[in-house]
Amino acid sequence: MDYNGLRNFADSWGLVYLFLIFVGVILFTFRPGSRKQADENANIPLREDDYDVR
Amino acid sequence: MKNGFEAAVVGLAALLALMGAVFSRDAQFQAHAWVLFFVLVVSTVVLIRRVKFSPDNMAVSDTGKSEASGYMDGVIRYGVIATIFWGLAGFLVGVVIASQMAWPIVNIEPWFNFGRLRPLHTSAVIFAFGGNALIATSFYVVQRTSQARLFGGNLAWFVFWGYQLFIVMAATGYLLGITQSKEYAEPEWYVDIWLTIVWVSYLIVFAGTLVKRKEPHIYVANWFYLSFILTVAVLHLVNNAAIPVSFLGVKSYSLFSGVQDALTQWWYGHNAVGFFLTAGFLGMMYYFVPKQVNRPVYSYRLSIIHFWALIFLYIWAGPHHLHYTALPDWAQTLGMVFSIMLWMPSWGGMINGLMTLSGAWDKLRTDPIVRMMVISIAFYGMSTFEGPMMSIKSVNSLSHYTDWTIGHVHSGALGWNGMVTFAAIYYLVPKLWNREKLYSLRMVNWHVWLATLGIVVYASVMWVAGITQGLMWREYDDQGFLVNSFVETVSAIHPQYVMRTFGGLLYLSGALLMAYNVYRTIRGDNRKEVPMDAPAALSPAE
Repeated sequence: MDYNGLRNFADSWGLVYLFLIFVGVILFTFRPGSRKQADENANIPLREDDYDVR
Repeated sequence: MKNGFEAAVVGLAALLALMGAVFSRDAQFQAHAWVLFFVLVVSTVVLIRRVKFSPDNMAVSDTGKSEASGYMDGVIRYGVIATIFWGLAGFLVGVVIASQMAWPIVNIEPWFNFGRLRPLHTSAVIFAFGGNALIATSFYVVQRTSQARLFGGNLAWFVFWGYQLFIVMAATGYLLGITQSKEYAEPEWYVDIWLTIVWVSYLIVFAGTLVKRKEPHIYVANWFYLSFILTVAVLHLVNNAAIPVSFLGVKSYSLFSGVQDALTQWWYGHNAVGFFLTAGFLGMMYYFVPKQVNRPVYSYRLSIIHFWALIFLYIWAGPHHLHYTALPDWAQTLGMVFSIMLWMPSWGGMINGLMTLSGAWDKLRTDPIVRMMVISIAFYGMSTFEGPMMSIKSVNSLSHYTDWTIGHVHSGALGWNGMVTFAAIYYLVPKLWNREKLYSLRMVNWHVWLATLGIVVYASVMWVAGITQGLMWREYDDQGFLVNSFVETVSAIHPQYVMRTFGGLLYLSGALLMAYNVYRTIRGDNRKEVPMDAPAALSPAE
């Protein structure tokens, strides 16, 4: 594939591919029921520091 | 036997460095090999003196806890001290080169002229100060949020000392005049190879700790840190692809040429800003701000959107460094458009950081560390507003190659990166050395205002200088001739150069206060002072 072919592929199918992944990430983040999980995850740093990892 | 193997390996490396000096192909490589030999011999002697014959699990840290269990904090303590040391060195060189711009007589040839000290300054503040801060805080955060000890045992120590060696080799190389002349990627091929080895080890330690985590979810700060480590690895490998002329000489030639080389360089350069100075430091923000105000981040889902939007957009923004050059027009426009889209994640992240304080705004009055964090996030917002604006082609035609760019970089680096790092250091030091609190909170407050004043002076005089330059460069008379010679544009901004030096001095003096404060905190001292949250003196009743 020459330069122009590669470029045409990148700014058509490549663009669509990356854009769909990005939209998918946003939809997944705001899926129903994600708020409760997110609130729990947000509290991870606030738990005890000196957790014994042994 | 502890340190015995390490001493043998470093001693052998010293011998190889000596052979490199003897068989070198050019004088610069020889001088650099002598530097390496000297550093490695000193390291070998230190290691031999620290050889211990007791079994490993008997080693006890200076805090009294067994080092074999719990979190691995020794390397983080070293990292915090290295961060402060390289910060002071980098800020000092910054003040020196600002003076060189104002008073050319300060240039001392050949080793200490502006051309050699400038990359020393940028590398010292970005890679030595910022890099050590990122490595130390990422090791701290990944352990706490994964509830797991660092993976790989002493590999973390290799990452720390290997990175210091990279800094020393890069810095001494610049002074010797060894450079491949790529901005922010100046070290030559052999130093690049060494950094690759260290960086891959860093990735193994960090990702290994994530793999063995006890916490089911990977906290968002670690996403930012991991993307920073991975992306910097890719950027470093591609941009430094080069063929050395000889095995024992400094010179190498890039695999790319012409405009391809320029685009690769600024794909690297801008993503060093995007992933080293933004993603990595956002990892800091998403851990240390919630810890300091003791509240969870404002919106966890917004932080995830922030992350993915930043990842998807930043990687395309590099061409805005090459407006009006031989780069194809469509690529310039692409860089500009993606830079402008970056407004969304930047401001989303800024709002997320600031709103974490909602319900705790009173802490701004009593806690200078929170004050520092808020100023830092505000500068993140301001410099990521200014950057996309400067990437618009018509704005860029005025701002490019002028001191406006320098001012923009410093409002981001001093304001955002510097301030969030100082705040993280002030948070970490009492925790890492088991001290009840810092030596002095009032000194932290002085640091906040000295640094802020320094940044404001620096950024505003550089706006004036940059716009003056830009307007003078483009001024034509009615015959179509340029009105100003170059030297006239330089002498026009001499007052701004002097004021810039003053701003840098303010910032450096704030950092000196921090170093003293940290030193006294580690010693376990407490300054007798009126607490920050003391009520104001009561006024007599009417």
